[in-house]
Amino acid sequence: MKSLDRTGWITVGVMLLLGVLPPFFYWIGNEFYLLLATRLVILAIAAVSLNLILGYGGMASFGHAAFVGIGAYAMGIPVYHEFYGGFSAAASTNGLFQLALSVGLSALFALITGAISLRTRGVYFIMITMAFAQMVFYLFQSLDEYGGDDGLVIEMRSELPWINLDNPLQMYLLAFLSLVLAMGAVHMIVNSRFGMVLRGAKGNDERLITLGFNTYLYRLTAYVIAGAICGYAGWLMANFSTFVSPSMLGWSRSGELMFMVILGGAATALGPVLGAAAFILIEEILSSFTVYWHLPFGLMLIGVVLFARGGLLGMLQGRGPGK
Amino acid sequence: MDLRPVDTTLLFIQILNGVQLGLLLFLVASGLTLVFGILDFVNLAHGSIYMLGAFICASLTFLVGNFLIAVLLAVPITGVIGYLIERVLIRHLYARSHLDHVLATFGLILVIDTTVQIIWGPAGISVPLPDWLNGQTELFTGVIVPTFRLIIIAAGLVVAAGLFWLVNYTRLGMLIRAGASNSTMVSALGVDIKTLFSLVFALGAMLAGLAGMLISPITEASINMGGEVIITAFVVIIIGGIGSMKGAFVAAILVGLIDTLGRSFLDDVFALFMSQNAAETAAPAISAMLIYILMAVILALRPQGLFPPKVR
Repeated sequence: MKSLDRTGWITVGVMLLLGVLPPFFYWIGNEFYLLLATRLVILAIAAVSLNLILGYGGMASFGHAAFVGIGAYAMGIPVYHEFYGGFSAAASTNGLFQLALSVGLSALFALITGAISLRTRGVYFIMITMAFAQMVFYLFQSLDEYGGDDGLVIEMRSELPWINLDNPLQMYLLAFLSLVLAMGAVHMIVNSRFGMVLRGAKGNDERLITLGFNTYLYRLTAYVIAGAICGYAGWLMANFSTFVSPSMLGWSRSGELMFMVILGGAATALGPVLGAAAFILIEEILSSFTVYWHLPFGLMLIGVVLFARGGLLGMLQGRGPGK
Repeated sequence: MDLRPVDTTLLFIQILNGVQLGLLLFLVASGLTLVFGILDFVNLAHGSIYMLGAFICASLTFLVGNFLIAVLLAVPITGVIGYLIERVLIRHLYARSHLDHVLATFGLILVIDTTVQIIWGPAGISVPLPDWLNGQTELFTGVIVPTFRLIIIAAGLVVAAGLFWLVNYTRLGMLIRAGASNSTMVSALGVDIKTLFSLVFALGAMLAGLAGMLISPITEASINMGGEVIITAFVVIIIGGIGSMKGAFVAAILVGLIDTLGRSFLDDVFALFMSQNAAETAAPAISAMLIYILMAVILALRPQGLFPPKVR
């Protein structure tokens, strides 16, 4: 195993802190920080999955929150039918069944919409992914049985072997381990032959095509993998908040995910995690001062785009903005 | 099978509503496509300017007591705001990637929306119409439509015609078209390209603002109206071909008609081949997705939209 460089040490350090600190707070009786960290970690999983396509693949998806929503509804709807009857084929409180449904449906949605959107490039791709996400938003908004605009209260968390999700510490540890696994998976993917082609196609698509690679299929595969991981994050999110509503997959949620990846540092392993952490902190701190916290947040976002290219990780590495 | 006779009066009125929605969408989409075609800039905050126009118009209506005068005042104000936004923020982003455009204007949306919320409060404002606009007009026997909807259609057509004239037959339009093809060359020929860009952006803002003002007496001015319209406007310019004015017009009318007719008649269509009950459950869900399905189908056939611009 090759020794770690500076970025590697930062990554290990941050992840160790994230693994130890929130349980420690819980242990000394401060549950609030554990819950905050749970949300952070789940958002980080979604951001890690977006980073695979946005950072490494160069596919600027502005509809990534749709996968969170699909994953969350795929967890909530079986519980709803278990409690209130109707559509018995999908009624279940079995976590593994719900998980398969969340990941499977997200991957399927990614396959269908990705097959269409990836025929286009650049700004078309941004707008189309956004439009498809909004389509799902309007779909769930119009489904009155599942609460429509008001959302769906999930009566019971997923039943899993060995793990009790009603216990906040177990919930956190599951989410944290999932994040580590997701980061590991993305790391393995981007450093595999498949990942090399994906990154190569981001740099120079025509050259890769000339070399005989069907880059469309590589992109689509990456898109489906990212969708599946993000659907998993949605399943976790539904279990964490025991509530799902269309606003979870609105386009401002997608924008926030994008912000996390760019702020933290796109195409880096730790970037999305740092971005998610920064987002949660900014949200917590600003919203404690004012209900109009979106105003300074918006200004901050503009500032990040104008001045902080390279993201937080770039700053930590001491390369400074703009490399 | 129980076939309901199609109510021709209702059908006619819904077609009129669809055209009206389409023309409003065109006003929003034309600004987007103009800014993208010429400035190569993706403006996510276009919907926020639409919303801002509606709120400014609402306040002016109460101030001067007349909706029409308020619109005449609010349109240039929106233009000035657009001009300032371009000078302060947008022009620093032209050289950046589309992703940066999207992120920065996403930030701009949060800034504008929150500012509007601070000034006007979180609730919507309904905009009163003068009496002569507020009534109904009998187009022909049995077909009665709200007068104001006809005014919107007329205004939309006039603005669309004016825009075509501006772009195709004036010196400014010539510069705009030249700037779209090769802005470096235009600037080398001694044209102040920066001011031209600012003007184009302000024009787009005025068009979006006008659309917001025209819809506000029907729906009231509300914070989230911008977010709702921007996605539909994106669908319109994707279908039409980004940067194409003609495409934006055709696609806007198409989307307006399909959305309106889908929402009012899809349950009747579904009832032809499924039970009434199933049709009433499925129709709202499908009609909410109809324009996106249209977009997907058109993109699958023509990835560059119906009228892809020749030069890009």
